[in-house]
Amino acid sequence: MAQATKKSRRWHIAVFLAPAVLIYTAIMIIPLFSTLQLAMYSDVENSQVFVGLQNFRALFGDPQWSDQFWNALKNNTWFFIVHMIVQNPIGILLAALLSSPRLRMRSFYRTAIFIPTILSFVIAGFAWKLILSPLWGVAPNLLDFVGLKSLFQPWLGKEAYALTTLALISVWQFVGIPMMLIYAALLSIPDELLEAAECDGITGMSQFWKVKLPLILPAIGIISILTFVGNFNAFDLIYATQGALAGPDFSTDILGTFMFRTFFGFQLQLGDPNLGAAIATAMFAIILIGVSIYLFGIQTRLRRYQF
Amino acid sequence: MMKSTKLALLAATMLGTTGTAMAQDAELTIESWRNDDLTIWQEKLIPAFEAKHPGIKVTFAPSAPTEYNAVLNSKLDAGTAGDLVTCRPFDASLSLYEKGHLTDLKDLENMSNFSDVAKAAWSTDDGSATFCVPMASVIHGFIYNADAFEELGIEAPKTNEEFYAVLEKIKEDGTYIPMAMGAKDQWEAATMGYTNIGPNYWKGEEGRLALIAGEQKLTDEQWVTPLAEIAKWAPYLGDGYEAQAYPDSQNLFTLGRAAIFPAGSWEIAIFNEQADFKLGAFPPPVQNAGDECYISDHTDIGIGMNAKTANTEAARTFLNWVGSAEFASLYANSLPGFFSLSNETVEMEDPLAKEFVSWRENCKSTIRPAHQILSRGTPNLWNEMWNVSANVLRGAQSPEDGAKQLQDGLAGWYEPQQ
Repeated sequence: MAQATKKSRRWHIAVFLAPAVLIYTAIMIIPLFSTLQLAMYSDVENSQVFVGLQNFRALFGDPQWSDQFWNALKNNTWFFIVHMIVQNPIGILLAALLSSPRLRMRSFYRTAIFIPTILSFVIAGFAWKLILSPLWGVAPNLLDFVGLKSLFQPWLGKEAYALTTLALISVWQFVGIPMMLIYAALLSIPDELLEAAECDGITGMSQFWKVKLPLILPAIGIISILTFVGNFNAFDLIYATQGALAGPDFSTDILGTFMFRTFFGFQLQLGDPNLGAAIATAMFAIILIGVSIYLFGIQTRLRRYQF
Repeated sequence: MMKSTKLALLAATMLGTTGTAMAQDAELTIESWRNDDLTIWQEKLIPAFEAKHPGIKVTFAPSAPTEYNAVLNSKLDAGTAGDLVTCRPFDASLSLYEKGHLTDLKDLENMSNFSDVAKAAWSTDDGSATFCVPMASVIHGFIYNADAFEELGIEAPKTNEEFYAVLEKIKEDGTYIPMAMGAKDQWEAATMGYTNIGPNYWKGEEGRLALIAGEQKLTDEQWVTPLAEIAKWAPYLGDGYEAQAYPDSQNLFTLGRAAIFPAGSWEIAIFNEQADFKLGAFPPPVQNAGDECYISDHTDIGIGMNAKTANTEAARTFLNWVGSAEFASLYANSLPGFFSLSNETVEMEDPLAKEFVSWRENCKSTIRPAHQILSRGTPNLWNEMWNVSANVLRGAQSPEDGAKQLQDGLAGWYEPQQ
């Protein structure tokens, strides 16, 4: 009898997992492998021919492609760095302020800051394009109002500023997510711990640095990895504001737009799905390496506190 | 009782629908990037065709211009594209024909209404097959605010010197921004800048064909000078033109804030509607008075048949109609600025469109240099021209460096240039 129960329990697991496994396999795993496969082929006189790693060799070795690839990767990295040094500290700061017991209208602030994250990239991009427009935008007028008109620049049109501007727009849009996650982590810290800290004379800022921050480090780790994956997959914002040529002079070109331009083609340039798939595979590898470093190098070392 | 009534109703509906479906024996869908033209197709062109061919129903289903090629290619590969496909000129369409997505239309009766030059944009290199019916070309030049010119007492410039004198005068006066052009949407700088004024320097077809033959290089003087000219435009553009997009330029001009708009004739319809001042146009200025002038008269749009369509006969009927004199006059007058490529004389009513087309009499026509053959490889010469022209306009790259980048890119894959 006992054996039968055990068996049927295992059988149940399979049945309940099956739908998810099947759907996930069909729409995630199989396409992933067919992308890998597509990257190994090349179009020779209108028929697909297996060429092994030649597309990757072109991508990393042929200056025509590798210049664009490294440029995109460099821009992508900068995009990520801006998020890490701006979005996450601001997210933590906002969460710390929100969790302060003396703050009024807390839910209003929380909602107001979170709302942009539910906007579409296209809307956010378009709105900011209008705000920053040197011709019709409110930014020049507002700066003029406080006497700082001379600081105004056509930010989206200058190579030196365009990428940082876009990264900051993205930060504005998504700062609500780290804020919410860290806010939740802060709320889950038991009061006894904080009271104990107070008994030891640790209050205010030092309480935050010495007690709260170590406790929310795992949450910050999760947020960093989510930011990493999101940034290296980014595409929409750049495409919506700068187009597929990611101007000015490719200064805002990231892996996503580079892949789109190569895969689907742009204007007179014809699409090359094989090389596009090679870029997609490279993106996948970069993200995989990043996530692995995090999982094995950082997360295992993060101390978890059991309450 | 109820049940049988319901059944009878159901049967009647089903029979009814099959009945109508039988009467409508063919439905055609047109793929296009001209989403601006949706109403014209729906209100003028399609009704005119359907009135003559009651058995065929046509739907115009455009997508966004910059996404068109990507969308069309994926749809054709997946077998879900419409029956009729509007064709970009030269290589983009040629590759579709070579992949077997488009059908040879050489035997279409009304194909004889077009000259070889008109058909060249949609024929194989050896001319053995023509796979799209030519629809229209667009001419480049400058559109200006005639009221503003009158107010300031200036006339449309003919030479380069006069051109800058005019710009300087408008700038001094300060009421208007001399010229509406931005560098953000890079194609604006290349299309309405470089290939607009360029033909006067590289002598139109002569330079273009020499480039294809490998006899001239993009670093030669006649190809660098127009870039240098664009760089000289910067002081006459609006504040923050680096981030000014193409629609911004259009608005600046139609709102009467800028006096001159480097244009393509496709602007005519929109400007007529939006601007409440008098419009004028002048061709790209020449270096010395009396010099031979060249205009960019670019074969821009054609229409072909999806090889996998189920309605071959209906599609051919439609395409034949597109080749007719009736369509030519209907199209040219519904869309002033899109000039018919047909050999039939088309009477145009719009004065601005007439002005543009009149340049054909005195100036030599040419097409944009990057379109035929030179954009087959990677990097794509036309996309590079977008980037370089915008860089030069922004002052981020010197004309010489820009030209060198274009030449190096082209020589990277194009044998005659190596």
